[in-house]
Amino acid sequence: MEIKKIAMAGTLESSDAQITVEPGENGIELTIESSVINQYGRQIRKVVLETLERLDVKNARVTVFDKGALDCTLKARVECAVYRSNNMTENLPWGGVIR
Amino acid sequence: MSHPNKKRLRRSMMFLNCQKPGLIKDPYIYKPDSIMLDLEDAVAENQKDAARYSLFHALKEIDYRGVERVVRINGLDTPHWKEDIRVCVAGGADTIRIAKTESAKDVHIVEEHVLAAEREFGRPEGSTLLMAALESCKGVLNALEVCQSSDRLIGIALSGGDYTKDLQTTITGTGVELMGARQHMIMAARAAGVQCWDTVFTNLDDMEGFEKETRMIKLMGFDGKSLVNPRQIAVVHKIFTPSEKEIIFAEKVVREIDDKKAKGIGVFTVDGKMIDIAFYDGAKRTLAMAKAAGIYKGDL
Amino acid sequence: MINAVGREIPEEILKETGKEAFKGAYVYDNYEYTKAAPTVHAVCDPKRSKLVESIHEALVKCGVKDGMTLSFHHHFREGDYVVNMVMEEVHKMGVKDITICASSLGKANDPIVPYIEDGTITGIQSSGVRGKIGEAISTGRLKNLAIMRSHGGRVRAIETGEVHIDIAFIGAPTCDEYGNMRANGGKSDCGVLSYAMADAEYADKVVAVTDCLVPFPNIPASISMVHVDYVCVVDEIGNPAKIATGAAKPTTDVRKLMMADYCTQFVINTPYFKEGFSYQTGVGGASIASTISLGKIMEERGIHMGLGLGGITTPMCDLLAKGLIGKLVDTQDFDLGAIESIKSNPNHIEISASEYANPFNKGAYVNKLDFVILASLEVDVNFNCNVVVGSDGMITGAQGGHPDTAAGAKCTIVIAPLLQGRIPAICTNVTTVTTPGETVDVVITDYGIAINPRRQDLIECMKDVDLPFCTIEELRDKAYAIVGEPDPVKFDDRVVGVIEARDGTIIDVVRKIKDFEFED
Repeated sequence: MEIKKIAMAGTLESSDAQITVEPGENGIELTIESSVINQYGRQIRKVVLETLERLDVKNARVTVFDKGALDCTLKARVECAVYRSNNMTENLPWGGVIR
Repeated sequence: MSHPNKKRLRRSMMFLNCQKPGLIKDPYIYKPDSIMLDLEDAVAENQKDAARYSLFHALKEIDYRGVERVVRINGLDTPHWKEDIRVCVAGGADTIRIAKTESAKDVHIVEEHVLAAEREFGRPEGSTLLMAALESCKGVLNALEVCQSSDRLIGIALSGGDYTKDLQTTITGTGVELMGARQHMIMAARAAGVQCWDTVFTNLDDMEGFEKETRMIKLMGFDGKSLVNPRQIAVVHKIFTPSEKEIIFAEKVVREIDDKKAKGIGVFTVDGKMIDIAFYDGAKRTLAMAKAAGIYKGDL
Repeated sequence: MINAVGREIPEEILKETGKEAFKGAYVYDNYEYTKAAPTVHAVCDPKRSKLVESIHEALVKCGVKDGMTLSFHHHFREGDYVVNMVMEEVHKMGVKDITICASSLGKANDPIVPYIEDGTITGIQSSGVRGKIGEAISTGRLKNLAIMRSHGGRVRAIETGEVHIDIAFIGAPTCDEYGNMRANGGKSDCGVLSYAMADAEYADKVVAVTDCLVPFPNIPASISMVHVDYVCVVDEIGNPAKIATGAAKPTTDVRKLMMADYCTQFVINTPYFKEGFSYQTGVGGASIASTISLGKIMEERGIHMGLGLGGITTPMCDLLAKGLIGKLVDTQDFDLGAIESIKSNPNHIEISASEYANPFNKGAYVNKLDFVILASLEVDVNFNCNVVVGSDGMITGAQGGHPDTAAGAKCTIVIAPLLQGRIPAICTNVTTVTTPGETVDVVITDYGIAINPRRQDLIECMKDVDLPFCTIEELRDKAYAIVGEPDPVKFDDRVVGVIEARDGTIIDVVRKIKDFEFED
């Protein structure tokens, strides 16, 4: 999927993550800030990159402000931001690329 | 045959905002019978989409440890409900709570979309249960047809806030404004053989008032209550759990009726009380509830 | 070398400090030693005044110089001004290489961080540190090793001479011109002065710092004039609003209430819960809730607590007022209710930190505890606790009386919610060991309760008790199943601090934190 415009999902509350996607041209440019970076930085990056890959996002600037979100929340926020950047809210591929 | 979980114990049904990761990650700790993951009123209009992704992954990835996962979807008068149903079914929600139900037709519309979604996402047909929230005078008056509308329907829940607005009054704390709806709904539910739940009690500082209201609706016949905070769960469970005395009595009643029936005796006494076959189902229900609450280990 | 809790203590640290590695919680029983003694100056001329005009004058008269050790107490908690005002003056005088030996340091002391960076302060010995001082140590900005000691361990170190205090600055809510200090009255009431008593007895020079000079004699004194060289009156020794607040509202957090209920059920099902039992608890929401629920059961069953110990909060004082506690023995007051109680209730008594917890005196109060209810940042599968270093590697807490009470009590209960955000409280290895697992008996979480397998007696008496028991490994596995297994925090090789066990051996070291970097 193409990132058509800047879009954001999530909050800065505890156990949540705020994720922003912006159009880009040089692959995935990922920035992560996290309250648990020392223990979960590797895991956060893995989940975000895997989710983007599933959604077939090839080029994007992605910013993650993580406040201790679980993997399921990270995925939900990435997906939401990506679909928002495409103005898509209906007939989503639940259980398909969203999984 | 009806779904095996259609009549499971539902004393406490706790609302949780789907848009709050901190709330939905481990509510099973509080041991409610059901959680109601809310896509409707708790979620801001511009976050309806976000809540669905959270819901989907929560349903798929969080082990709710046997707690029933109900999802409250947006009303049929909104642009959201169809996608809500798709995500519920795809995620494998146990039950969908239909907001603002007014008629059997509303249930049928939802049922149709649920079935389509079950086919789309390869879930067993009929696996998704439904419950209906009655939030208007029309809905309450149509309670019986709603209760009889679908084999998927597990019961009806009163939504007191919207209902009292429609009545042109407010929640007073005395219960007088909800009297008619409560009586009517519980009769309809019993007539149709489904369950019935009372509305939320929102003043968390008034635990005494909450306890009083819960005792009252238990006496009225309700199966349980919609809840807004984990603090309320223990109170409901305490009130909806039979006492040791009640359990012992129910056990005697069941045993005596089984025994006397075999001997052809119709009316007899247990602990000085006149008992006949009409007491049988009630006593069985008491034991089932005690068993579900984990305090009765007997074999009846 | 690897010590008794499995931690690698570098040889050069053992050499540099002259300390031994931790060998077990009770191996120093019957240890013989000669107590240290201060070098003091007699005051026999009745015409001589102890009053000084300023902190500056006090420092000059005490002969402050490079390399000295200055001591402080933390009874003013997050409202303390004394450490900051003394160190500001030391800094102005250009004195370098000072070691601060404090009973604890908090965020209130953030202003001294620049003095760490410019070499005014090169050593810190404390129960723990929070805020910016913790960051300064963890990022390697303190020149010498920081030493973290428990409350009992600190007194032991002072009394054995392991640390020698050159000048003790003792903030006193009230004081007379001859140095009799009391914790009650004045503007900065803190209830007791327990932690400062050893400082008064063992420092070469003692300066009382007060903002409320009262007529002589200010008695009964917490700290007597016989130990005091100078009295300095300042405008404010602390911020009363932060020294003690009103009693915390009992928690309504169901998770905490649930853990409190588990704790109370556990306590009453042990053989130690009987007439005259002794008990200490902390200030966390769950601890306070369990005190309240335990109180109800004591009332119902007519069981009285003989001894209530430790840092005191209002709920304990309420039990005392109701006649459910015989003696409340106090080393620190956490709220206004506790301060009020010690003033008015004759069975609420101030003791010294040595009486409270020193492992090297002839028996401390902690040894007489039946129960202690504690919290912990982390607990590992060997029941080792960490209360000093955050899971992210940053120093952010204090030992306090944790290791002392755990070692003393017959039944040590740690309450910790299984998850703090994404961080699991129960883990394979704690970041830093501060309290050895051999002294920790039970861990209570919202997901279940684990009893230390060393305590087969407790396991046996809980056999028929309806509580969610499981193993500590199961608790860890539940946590990891939800949040994922955390990666170990990356540290630099450089050791920035040592965690001293109560007996002065090294139970663990704290290493400099490394900035996070992705490996590929």
